[in-house]
Amino acid sequence: MAGDLRDGRIVIIGASLAGLRAAEALREEGFTGSLTVVGDEPHPPYDRPPLSKQVLLGLVAADSTGLPMRRDPDAEWRLGVRATGLDPLGKRVLLADGESVPYDRVLITTGTRARPWPKAEEAALDGVFTLRTREDAGGLAERLAAGPRRVLVIGGGFTGSEIASACRERGLDVTVAERGPAPLVGALGGTLSKLAAVMQRNHGVDLRTGVTVTTLRGDGSGRFSGAELSDGSRVEADVCVVALGAVRNVEWLADSGLAAGPRGIACDAGCRAFNMYGIVTDDIFVAGDVSRFPHPLFGYQMLSLEHWGNAVEQAEVAAHNMVNPGPLRRPHLALPTFWSTQFGLNIKSVGVPTFSDHVVIAQGSLEARRLAMVYGYQGRVTAAVTVDMAKSLDYYRHLIETAAPFPPPPGAADRAIAADIPVPSDVPDPKGLSHGPTVALTGYLPDRRLTVVQPRG
Amino acid sequence: MRTVVDLTHCQGYAQCVFLAPKVFQLHGEEGLLYAPAVPDDQAERVRQAAAACPVQAILLGEEVSVDGR
Ligand SMILES: Cc1cc2nc3c(=O)[nH]c(=O)nc-3n(C[C@H](O)[C@H](O)[C@H](O)COP(=O)(O)OP(=O)(O)OC[C@H]3O[C@@H](n4cnc5c(N)ncnc54)[C@H](O)[C@@H]3O)c2cc1C
Ligand code: SF4
Repeated sequence: MAGDLRDGRIVIIGASLAGLRAAEALREEGFTGSLTVVGDEPHPPYDRPPLSKQVLLGLVAADSTGLPMRRDPDAEWRLGVRATGLDPLGKRVLLADGESVPYDRVLITTGTRARPWPKAEEAALDGVFTLRTREDAGGLAERLAAGPRRVLVIGGGFTGSEIASACRERGLDVTVAERGPAPLVGALGGTLSKLAAVMQRNHGVDLRTGVTVTTLRGDGSGRFSGAELSDGSRVEADVCVVALGAVRNVEWLADSGLAAGPRGIACDAGCRAFNMYGIVTDDIFVAGDVSRFPHPLFGYQMLSLEHWGNAVEQAEVAAHNMVNPGPLRRPHLALPTFWSTQFGLNIKSVGVPTFSDHVVIAQGSLEARRLAMVYGYQGRVTAAVTVDMAKSLDYYRHLIETAAPFPPPPGAADRAIAADIPVPSDVPDPKGLSHGPTVALTGYLPDRRLTVVQPRG
Repeated sequence: MRTVVDLTHCQGYAQCVFLAPKVFQLHGEEGLLYAPAVPDDQAERVRQAAAACPVQAILLGEEVSVDGR
């Protein structure tokens, strides 16, 4: 039985982080059959996090972030060709060039794309960018190097904040417009978002919260020249970066019968995709940003993550399960972990901060700009975020994994635990934000709004 | 040679910064920035850095090369 699974034809759709790591892991797991990786970008897999950091700072070139292979997965790479459909009965992946690729098992790692500015004519103005791909980053870095008068960033999520940070470091004037009350509030809740707002302003960012950008204006010859805001004000700028969050690349699966929607493709803890009736498939697997999976530590909520580390870990679990029979399969239980560097600070998160009702500062302080914030839900620790205290993160990881009581007891004697009282975590309804959440709870919680899926057509 | 640092696991120990300062840099107290494309004359230093990293967060290898199939 296991012998069969190590042979045959495996096709991976999406040639980025999750696709590459799964391809490598399949070979490590002893898969000897044929392996095809289909990717619509013309490049071999490359890393995205540097695109909003090193690349925008001008430290490295946009086309230099190619991912290293841990081992050569001996795959056929079909790059620059989009998958247009999946025929689960005929077991074929349909491609844009008219060909189709037969499979025995398929892994979907099509990730996300940047949410575009909703008005196409305005989005097409010269100087208006989104940031997801190597080309986006290359174009934007070039504009920043040319020294624009001002950069307007729409959306104060992680990507928008990192872009603003890079601009300030390059000495460029930058305005951040965010519909919510503060930057990063959707991911980190009220208290830390206040720190994020102070940090931005201290670094000279013109931060406008509680406003939306209504119109992007051109100068008459197709170049972006400024924007109008909902409070009646105007921002004159030469460059605009639309950082409104991500859209899952699932449209190509519309006729596949899979449970694929705006929050991703639903799969079980073993990375097997569900079909639209909630029946699990056994030959279609999902990993990375495009997946939506249940996690026992968070009430079996279906999580949609946009995290580098999740793409890596889930890809490895998917690969393992693709070549092993039922009883030997593993669940994907890794704790969500995320990092961001901005304004000289290293922000790291473990667990699910939005799955919380209260927070407490367990170490350090907001004033010191160095702290560990612990998040709790109904009396148990569910997440922690550190600012310039990465070495403490493992301790909190352990508290989350063991469902330790919240607020956490004073830690070991070597830790300077701040005597603080828990305050509400203030996680807002994502509908009130410009930036999409990078962690989304997409199941049922009585006190949280759900995504309402509108059937098409 | 290419490198990628698993920054979810990196703890900012900065051993890599000591060993290969042309490739790894601390940005602020503990944020690590690095050059993913390792210059040839830095390859040996980067190998040492990868070996020295206490949490084994530094991955090295070649980029996928597509043979045009
Ligand atoms: C600017 C930026 C900064 C980031 N910074 C951080 C960070 O600091 N920390 C962190 O944890 N995470 C960060 N991330 C997130 C991280 O990069 C993602 O979690 C990771 O890339 C997910 O990998 P993936 O392989 O699942 O999806 P993706 O990287 O989105 O790859 C999906 C691939 O599939 C392709 N594809 C889509 N549809 C099709 C189709 N129909 N046919 C063929 N191919 C298709 C896409 O073009 C793409 O190449 C950042 C992302 C960006 C964009
Ligand atoms: S040596 Fe390892 S843990 Fe330390 S900064 Fe470098 S990559 Fe991070």
